[in-house]
Amino acid sequence: MTAFAIRRLMQSAIVVLVMSVIVFFGVNIVGDPVDMLINPEADQEDIEIAIRALGLDKPIGEQYLFFLKNAFSGNLGKSFIFGEPALQLILQRMPATMELALAALFMAIVLGIPLGLYAGLRPHSPFSRITMATSILGFSLPTFWVGLMMIMVFAVMLGWLPSTGRGDEATFLGVTSSLFTMNGLSHMVMPALNLALLKISLVIRLTRAGTREAVLQDYIKFARAKGLRQSRIIFVHLLKNILIPVITVLGLEFGGLIAFSVVTETIFAWPGMGKLLIDSIQQLDRPVIVAYLIIIVLIFVVLNLIVDIMYSVLDPRVRLGDRKA
Amino acid sequence: MSAPKPTLAVEDLCTYFFTKSGVVKAVDKVSFEIGAGEVLGLVGESGSGKTVTGFSIVGLIDQPGRIVSGSIRYKGEELIGASEERLRHIRGNRIAMIFQDPTMTLNPVLRIDTQLVEAITAHSDTDARTAWEQSRDALGQVGIPSPEERLKCYPHELSGGMRQRVAIAIAFLNKPNLIIADEPTTALDVTIQAQIIYEAQTLCRKTGTALLWITHDLAVVAGLADRICVMYAGRIVEEGGADNVIDRPLHPYTAGLIGSVPSHNRRGKRLAQIPGSTPSLLNLPEGCAFRTRCKFNDDTCLEEPEVTHPAKDRSLRCFHPVSRGPAP
Ligand SMILES: Nc1ncnc2c1ncn2[C@@H]1O[C@H](COP(=O)(O)OP(=O)(O)O)[C@@H](O)[C@H]1O
Ligand code: SF4
Ligand SMILES: [Mg+2]
Repeated sequence: MTAFAIRRLMQSAIVVLVMSVIVFFGVNIVGDPVDMLINPEADQEDIEIAIRALGLDKPIGEQYLFFLKNAFSGNLGKSFIFGEPALQLILQRMPATMELALAALFMAIVLGIPLGLYAGLRPHSPFSRITMATSILGFSLPTFWVGLMMIMVFAVMLGWLPSTGRGDEATFLGVTSSLFTMNGLSHMVMPALNLALLKISLVIRLTRAGTREAVLQDYIKFARAKGLRQSRIIFVHLLKNILIPVITVLGLEFGGLIAFSVVTETIFAWPGMGKLLIDSIQQLDRPVIVAYLIIIVLIFVVLNLIVDIMYSVLDPRVRLGDRKA
Repeated sequence: MSAPKPTLAVEDLCTYFFTKSGVVKAVDKVSFEIGAGEVLGLVGESGSGKTVTGFSIVGLIDQPGRIVSGSIRYKGEELIGASEERLRHIRGNRIAMIFQDPTMTLNPVLRIDTQLVEAITAHSDTDARTAWEQSRDALGQVGIPSPEERLKCYPHELSGGMRQRVAIAIAFLNKPNLIIADEPTTALDVTIQAQIIYEAQTLCRKTGTALLWITHDLAVVAGLADRICVMYAGRIVEEGGADNVIDRPLHPYTAGLIGSVPSHNRRGKRLAQIPGSTPSLLNLPEGCAFRTRCKFNDDTCLEEPEVTHPAKDRSLRCFHPVSRGPAP
């Protein structure tokens, strides 16, 4: 277990390192931050001073080594635009993104699993067919288009829900979130659903496929031959088996929810990390971009680790790395 | 009082599968009875409808299959058309089943104790502690060493033979009146096979449980069964006392099976003496289904042979029995 975790962390460190090189040099290929930052009207001397202050006068390789040295002490550089530490900027916006991603994950679970289960148990019922057809739409319609349509219908035409921003926040058990106010929730519904749409479809299909496969297995037939109640067969024998892949995939996809909230946050003007990233890319604010991507990679790494551990907890046949079965 | 009702009476059972390519008559006009404590061997090649017969009895035939007609009476009570709740109460409680592949029958993600205890509590109000103790004792009874430790295991931690013993223990848990054992030793090594048969037989004798032992292997039932039914292409083609049938087979198919029982165990090779292979149930030959493989076949066999009783306690579906009936 420990050896497994250490090996995993080493691998992740390499991923982070490679990623930082690519992004660092990549941003420079896209454009020179100096052009974006400096008022062209300013005189030459001012420009030089500004450039030196940002460390952009040095060769790019040297800049990278400097960044790396600081990174090891937890300093990912200051935003060119805001002049604040990039890490701090991102962490400030992380709760908004996290609550959006969690709400989306929650929707994927509470809608996806029951719908998928039903569709798997009664594959020929009209309701199941409608569910499956809708899930194909969920997969194929682009997120931004669905987001715009939702705003059109529910905010503009019907006026039921606010279209932009994050609502009022409240603190509950030491956690501050807009999940705890009605106003906050009403702001959350559309963006969360928009973000969740793909995942709901994914969970429906995974659960349905798992169910259809499991009902044919001998162990389900044997459970029936034991005279168990239908509810026990479905919610213990069947669900416990199909939840293993569903939870694994959801755990991995949660990273995706965070990373790809970029689109949803932009459409709904949600003040999260994704929106910060888009703004930073537009302004070539390299420290923020690099810091954002490093954090995303770290989130993926941690999630992978959690999923691996959960997997071994859920499935008795799986034992982590060095422990023997 | 009238004569005691048999534990199970199956009469003219027809179970068909309505597939895209046609109607598969997996079980066709099958009749047999099992008395209390009796062991009936149901023998036939793979695909002959043995498993479908077993599942029909406990009402576990799924789409696209359906019991089309016939009667299945458990102690005189009709099970075809019985309510799902009534069937649930009978399944695993009055009629239990053991499956062929022990590596597939137990739920891989549930502990052994969970899977035993739930089989008890599904049918009675037994408290958890008592159910657990009964489970432990049941494992001990089927020859599982240190049952307390085994109860805490997951299925994958046990060998195939051990898992089949667990399945047998589950079948016996509620002291059923009948156990349907569907090729329970086919997937196991020969030595384990003999042990399992011995355990099952001993338990049945001790508890007075009737047994329907399904197998493709005549040698297995020869020493085990009181009576034998031979099944071919969804029909029972021959029935009688076990010794009687084996000593004096009447149906050419049975005779072929006996001719091909090897003296030493060479699995898989033993049906070679019957020429040809099992016909597809979708396009069975007209008349006797065995016609295309039978060396006695003639024009009479273009008709379907009805059940005859060439001797006391023997029944047969064939126009030209192999020997001239059993000696008196
Ligand atoms: N779900 C099903 N759909 C279609 N046909 C089936 C199905 N299950 C069984 N059958 C048919 O029933 C026949 C008998 O099967 P089975 O009872 O499993 O044979 P056995 O147990 O004697 O090997 C097979 O030939 C198969 O074609
Ligand atoms: S009825 Fe005819 S074809 Fe069928 S088994 Fe008897 S002899 Fe052979
Ligand atoms: Mg079978």
